[in-house]
Amino acid sequence: MAETMKLEIFRYHPEKDNEPTFQTYEVPFLEDWVILDAINYIKDEIDGTLSYRWSCQMGVCGSCGMMINGVPKLSCAVFLKDYYPDKIRVEPLTGFPVERDLIFQMDDFMTKLTEIQPYIIRNKDEEKPLDEGEYLQTPAELARFKPYSMCINCMLCYAACPVYALDSTFIGPAAIALGQRYNMDSRDHGRDARQELIASHEGIWECTFVGECSAVCPKDVDPAAAIQRAKVSSTIDWFKDVLIPWGKKK
Amino acid sequence: MAKSNEPIWWSLFSAGGMVAAMILPVLIIITGILVPFGLVDDDPLNFERIYTALSQSYLIKLILFIVITLPLFHWAHRFRFTLVDVGLKSVSTLISILCYGGAIAGTIIAAIIFLRI
Amino acid sequence: MGKKEMSTYHRPFPNTWWLKRKPYVLFMIRELTSVFVAGYCIFLLVFVYKLTQGADVYGNFIDALKSPSSVALHFIALAFVLYHTITWFNLTPKILVLYKGEERIPQGLVAGMFYAGWVVVSVIVALFVLGM
Ligand code: SF4
Ligand code: FES
Repeated sequence: MAETMKLEIFRYHPEKDNEPTFQTYEVPFLEDWVILDAINYIKDEIDGTLSYRWSCQMGVCGSCGMMINGVPKLSCAVFLKDYYPDKIRVEPLTGFPVERDLIFQMDDFMTKLTEIQPYIIRNKDEEKPLDEGEYLQTPAELARFKPYSMCINCMLCYAACPVYALDSTFIGPAAIALGQRYNMDSRDHGRDARQELIASHEGIWECTFVGECSAVCPKDVDPAAAIQRAKVSSTIDWFKDVLIPWGKKK
Repeated sequence: MAKSNEPIWWSLFSAGGMVAAMILPVLIIITGILVPFGLVDDDPLNFERIYTALSQSYLIKLILFIVITLPLFHWAHRFRFTLVDVGLKSVSTLISILCYGGAIAGTIIAAIIFLRI
Repeated sequence: MGKKEMSTYHRPFPNTWWLKRKPYVLFMIRELTSVFVAGYCIFLLVFVYKLTQGADVYGNFIDALKSPSSVALHFIALAFVLYHTITWFNLTPKILVLYKGEERIPQGLVAGMFYAGWVVVSVIVALFVLGM
């Protein structure tokens, strides 16, 4: 083995440990290895007990998110050589409870995704029968929400968000961006239904626009911007409600 | 979930932030650099001139009143969340009262002072 | 298989989180600019108050602007308020999302419009206050 590199990895075994520990592994240093390659090497060659999630190895499945030296990243998308020769510290994503080693619990995120109703909602009387074909959309209409539809649910944005880490009742970046993805879809009528949650305190108002969610997002979803834009539209709603109370539909 | 009243504070925060960003730097340069270092001819801030300007124009008075009070709400909102972000969430109600209360008090005091010109 | 509650480990999140990484430190500085914004507005309020107290009181106040401590405070306030201005205009295009057909108007252009507006407003205010 020519050159090597050290990885310091967060270990926690739910049945054996009360506290997590860090374990250091020495792995070969290869120019074209990403951090996930090194971790796979550890799992295969050094320590089969190490647990972590991964799948696609190409930045699309969103399952390999880890804290790399304190910054949330897709471990399949960062190269060892960017850190060489320093030691790399690998931890599970911040803000989530740890199940084992690098595996964290994502139930809270999954619940929030469903609560946001991420699907097209049509007004009952405006639903076309199937044989009338699809709902057409212009490229300009598509462009309005396309960036928000690129999310791969990797949760890096949650790990970058101090507001979520301090209080996990906050709905958080990706879920709100996904809500906006449907709110801005010309085929959708579900904004009022989603607004109940989005415009609540736990929705957008906890956000202080730290902006790191957008900085770490591997897909340029820009959830921070989605949240601020939701603040603007919710504020407009609020003033409409207060200033023209008779204009309410419900 | 209760309907949030945050929009009122957030819109004051945004308006105040915009006013502060646009207007405060040039004012600070005037009162902190140009005037003390005598970089402008005769004394532009002399009593007569400023007093007449303010007492004779409701518009100027109103603009200055807005420039002073809106950024107070900008501060109140931002500082409130800064305190929450450094872990004081357990006393967040008290923080809100002190911050927005401070901005409201400042606005009332400003109104009293402006009415005396 | 019976469903057993898994014991999870909750990592503490220290209140000093904002010291841990540079973007967080910059965020905190951005938030703290508001203190200087409010501080300067209180100064302006005192300015108007002195104006109501007559020419002598007001004159002393204006003379005090020349004191080193006043100048130093102004310089510190200016640094923070400029940081507020810059961060404010840089973030505005994220909120003000404009499209021309399918193309999003570049964020830099939107921010640039605000910077241009800022220069115009500053010049107008300066000309007006300085009476030129
Ligand atoms: S918004 Fe970006 S960072 Fe957040 S889950 Fe989606 S892809 Fe990941
Ligand atoms: S393994 Fe799929 S995104 Fe990294």
